Amino acid sequence: MNYITSDLKVVGSRPIRPDGVEKVTGRAQFGADMRMAGMLWGKVLRSPHAHAKIVSIDTSAAEKLPGVKAVVTSKDFPHIANEEAFVGEGPMNFRDLSRNCLAWDKALYEGHAIAAVAATSQAIADAAIELIDVKYEVLPYVIDVEDAMADDAPVLHDDLFSAGVDPKPAKPSNIAKVVTFKKGDAEAGFKDADVVVEGRYTTKAVHQAYIEPHACLCSYNADGQVMIYSSSQGHFMVRAYCSKLLGIDLANIRAVPLEIGGGFGGKTLVYLEPVAIALSKKAGRPVKMQMTRDEVFRASGPTSGATVEVKLGAKKDGSIVAAKQVLKYQAGAFPGSPIGPGCMCGFAMYDIPNVDVVGYDVVSNRPKVAAYRAPGAPISSWAVECAMDDLARKLGKDPIELREQNGARNGTKTHYGPTHQNIGFLETLKAAKNHPHWKAPLKPGQGRGIACGFWFNIGGESTAGCHIAEDGTVVATSGNPDIGGSRASIGMMVAEVLGVPADRVRTIIPDTSSINFSFLTGGSRVTFATGMAATQAAERVVEDLKRRAAQVWEIPVEAVEWKDGKAYPAGSNAGAFEPLDLATLALKAGRTGGPIGSEVSVNAQGAGPGFGCHICDVEVDHETGAVKILRYTAIQDVGKAIHPSYVEGQIQGGATQGIGWALNEEYIYDAKGKMDNSGFLDYRVPVASDVPMIEAVMVEVPNPRHPFGARGVGEVPIIPPMAAVGNAICGATGLRLYDLPMSPPKVRAALDAVAPKMAAE
Amino acid sequence: MPSLNYAAPTTVDEAVKLLAGASGLAKVLAGGTDLLVQLRSGRMRPDLIVDTKKIPGIIGISGSAGTGFTIGAATPGAVIEANEALKKAWPGVVEAMDLIGSTQIQGRASLAGNLCNASPAADSVPALYAAGAIAVIVGPNGKREVPVEQVPTAPGRTSLAKGEFILEFKLPPRPAYSGDAYLRFIPRTEMDIAVVGCGINVTLDAKGTCTAARVSLGAVAPTVLLVDAAAKTLIGHTLDDATLKALDAAAQAVCKPINDKRGTIEYRTKVAGVLARRVAAIAFDRALGKAGATTH
Amino acid sequence: MAKHHVSAVINGEPTEFLCETQQTLLDVLRDEIGLTGSKEGCASGDCGACSVIVDGSLVCSCLMLGCEAEGTTITTIEGIAQGDHLHPVQQKFLEHAALQCGFCTPGLIVASKALLDENPNPTEEEARYWLAGNLCRCTGYDKVIRAVMDAAAVMRGEKAA
Repeated sequence: MNYITSDLKVVGSRPIRPDGVEKVTGRAQFGADMRMAGMLWGKVLRSPHAHAKIVSIDTSAAEKLPGVKAVVTSKDFPHIANEEAFVGEGPMNFRDLSRNCLAWDKALYEGHAIAAVAATSQAIADAAIELIDVKYEVLPYVIDVEDAMADDAPVLHDDLFSAGVDPKPAKPSNIAKVVTFKKGDAEAGFKDADVVVEGRYTTKAVHQAYIEPHACLCSYNADGQVMIYSSSQGHFMVRAYCSKLLGIDLANIRAVPLEIGGGFGGKTLVYLEPVAIALSKKAGRPVKMQMTRDEVFRASGPTSGATVEVKLGAKKDGSIVAAKQVLKYQAGAFPGSPIGPGCMCGFAMYDIPNVDVVGYDVVSNRPKVAAYRAPGAPISSWAVECAMDDLARKLGKDPIELREQNGARNGTKTHYGPTHQNIGFLETLKAAKNHPHWKAPLKPGQGRGIACGFWFNIGGESTAGCHIAEDGTVVATSGNPDIGGSRASIGMMVAEVLGVPADRVRTIIPDTSSINFSFLTGGSRVTFATGMAATQAAERVVEDLKRRAAQVWEIPVEAVEWKDGKAYPAGSNAGAFEPLDLATLALKAGRTGGPIGSEVSVNAQGAGPGFGCHICDVEVDHETGAVKILRYTAIQDVGKAIHPSYVEGQIQGGATQGIGWALNEEYIYDAKGKMDNSGFLDYRVPVASDVPMIEAVMVEVPNPRHPFGARGVGEVPIIPPMAAVGNAICGATGLRLYDLPMSPPKVRAALDAVAPKMAAE
Repeated sequence: MPSLNYAAPTTVDEAVKLLAGASGLAKVLAGGTDLLVQLRSGRMRPDLIVDTKKIPGIIGISGSAGTGFTIGAATPGAVIEANEALKKAWPGVVEAMDLIGSTQIQGRASLAGNLCNASPAADSVPALYAAGAIAVIVGPNGKREVPVEQVPTAPGRTSLAKGEFILEFKLPPRPAYSGDAYLRFIPRTEMDIAVVGCGINVTLDAKGTCTAARVSLGAVAPTVLLVDAAAKTLIGHTLDDATLKALDAAAQAVCKPINDKRGTIEYRTKVAGVLARRVAAIAFDRALGKAGATTH
Repeated sequence: MAKHHVSAVINGEPTEFLCETQQTLLDVLRDEIGLTGSKEGCASGDCGACSVIVDGSLVCSCLMLGCEAEGTTITTIEGIAQGDHLHPVQQKFLEHAALQCGFCTPGLIVASKALLDENPNPTEEEARYWLAGNLCRCTGYDKVIRAVMDAAAVMRGEKAA
């Protein structure tokens, strides 16, 4: 059923989220908050070297320390062959995942896990780690992506031969994969162009920087059954990955989803759980592990640093005739950067006849890249959206109008294959053009920039349930950890279908043994796919309730209608019966067929892509290079905002992460390839005083494939900010900056380069 | 496993005895905002922590602008910020202390901790140097008073002998037409260690000509600097363009910073000049009684 | 050294606990007393997720030793509500959707309460600078600041709760 044109009573309103009170009172249980009797504390020994052969590991002294109950290395994990599965927005290689959790023969980055202990106190665990004697043969390391591609670069894996290259290379290298997307003839297109702009852009590795470090509590019982309490973006993923890595049957693992303190893609895989389970198995006791902030930075999954070369060619009238991009992304220690999406997203917003995109997935001695909110796209759009701005200037065109002229619309074929359907890009641009921010006056020293973003959003396998308790109140179940308010939106969709107020529905997230499989929380898919399953579950319950009412009234089921939480006879011919509400029908459940409830699993197709357009005003201090964000408006096509406050929240949060990426966030390395700024003091995320209010404007072009018209919203908002800020700086100073982050020393240096007279004051 | 001892003495003598008599490494604990970070990271492995906060007088502010203020060494920044009289006479010292860390850090951090941690980028230190503050030190040989600029000697090192700690700071009496100010440059708006810090204290005559000045720069050398040459550009002058230019140059000339994750040599040097000009303008305005707040 | 025996008043209740010297107040709250509402985000005083109020001062509990708590009065997130009566800050956080994952929320609520106790009429800028020590990665701070300003208005009696 489809409610897109219906009069909605709950969807679109702003009720208090069902898990809200426990979160504002500190009662909600996050990954590190669980305790079990007899639990041990686990701790990981990590490589101090960016690249080294592990010659030997001697754990004997650690094992002898009183209070130490188990020590593990990769020898305690089964040996896994190369095996890939497509998960989330990228492939997962389980051999690589295993040796990322505990290294095999090589330490591939500073912070790489080498061994782990479980002991009766944190202090003893810390002391035991220091007693493990590892002999390393230190190797030359390489981190920067282009350095890693050089012929003489130290090679990380001697069995890695570049895929996507013909003929297959004879020698191993750090280039894991080359991908290409071609449409038309870009060479010819550029010859035909009146105006050409090009640029070489770079980005540094950045971290998702969720405030909650990874944590888990695992208990391996003597009969081989395992309890996992952890926070993650997918407890079925946790179960599956632990099963794979340790060779345990899925049904023997019960993964309980604790509240998650931020993920943004960085918790779509496991680091600690397999290790904790192995320790628990050896020790015969539950094992608790939590990462320190330092470990989160050194040893989880920051995104790629990259270089992106972009070239655009247009006719005098503004139509873009050719576009080219060469992208080189760091993958970290093992292959698998988001190079694919990076290649696809940069030009996806535009209708360009001739496109040539080449992308390189390159390993280097830094942590394995994990997903970070629209993986690959922010880096790609940083370059393309700055180039679009340069093109607009060169053509003398308004930057929004240039995008409108070349913008993708329904029927536009992308350069990577699919044809856009039911998209809202032009509507988003129109809303930006008509927004008062676009026309507000600027003072001297201030500048304004706009930039756009695109993300596919995904659907996939989801399960949700709707259960009517004996008193007629409603429990909705979701197979997906809630990272942004999905309990609220799922409950609201169920409430809408049932015709009851939002607060009559309580949404919970059952563990992996208590609900059918649901794919992880990511790809902006939960409101779409799990929401679809929840809506269908509620609809089945409504059909069942109508059947029961029909049975009670002894009339045909076609003569019953359901409205506002009650069964009614459909018209006076059906009979003069008093309506039956949920409570009454629930009371009669035993006599009308038994308990009332439904669980639905879907493989949701038709996720609607999202487009965003951000407007940013900055002020630049020419003497210090400091950039102040004065005003920020983020416009996005959201399809249908189920709970507008949480949709706005996604937009505001993503925009702020992008602002941090634009201005100050970066991985800084010392001369030994070790991270120099592994804490929140020098890894500089935006603080409350760094940003103004962020106006989130929700444009609603419904996605007809979702019952309420929803599109995924979480990932799009991180894509435009870097170029929006860069274009605003250009507006304020006349200078194009090419390297992220645009921190004060860089801005000051760029200003000095063009006005040496002014600097010598 | 090494064990860590803790004591909270209630008199100066008791504290001195504990510190002087410690067989291993003993550290003073005031606000703990540096010490606990160092403990947790393993950078500091003391055997004994001596918590001085129970010593009478070590927390609190007394005196006046005319007679001079005395500030207990362990007084938290929040208490310093709340003292209206101190803020009126020494807005530079107060704002410098107030810039350290977050509100939560302010609830605990102290001037003595900031000084004795001896980071070249410490925020309150340039303002204290510019103010001409005196550190009152107690130890096994009794009490002694030294100008604060003699306390830090190198990054993480002080001139305090074993068993010594700072009991309080004295700020000199405030002449008329005096003003001080402190600014730092940080990449965000809060929560960063200073890339450059500058504290300036001036006394003017009634016409606005400078009769006395102290200029201090932080984060541009291994220790916070008292920059005589920069002060000399101010004394005998009003703050006109020529004076500002000379001040900028003198500030840049003395910089010996390093390249690190917080700033480059070139950048720090340039910004030292920029800040010196901006701080001087505020200090002069304050000395002349002009309302000129330092917004963050 | 033998463990310290510490007595303090926590959320209005006289409380005793044992701790080693190197255990911070945060460690003690979470691991010895079971008050897990205060969170560890960084253990270095940079994120504010561990914020508590000690003798009227807003502090990071990760930067205070457990043994320093002797004789103090401490308020944690668990003590902000009065029974099932939420504090206006808590109520407004819910109404404004000023939390997404909720991990930084305890620290932000304690810090916001401390702000309004000290300054009942903050400007937006004052609120932002006061709360700069509380990192949030989910919300971009917009709705947090709106919630705090709205709670302040309620507490000043300028509008109904």
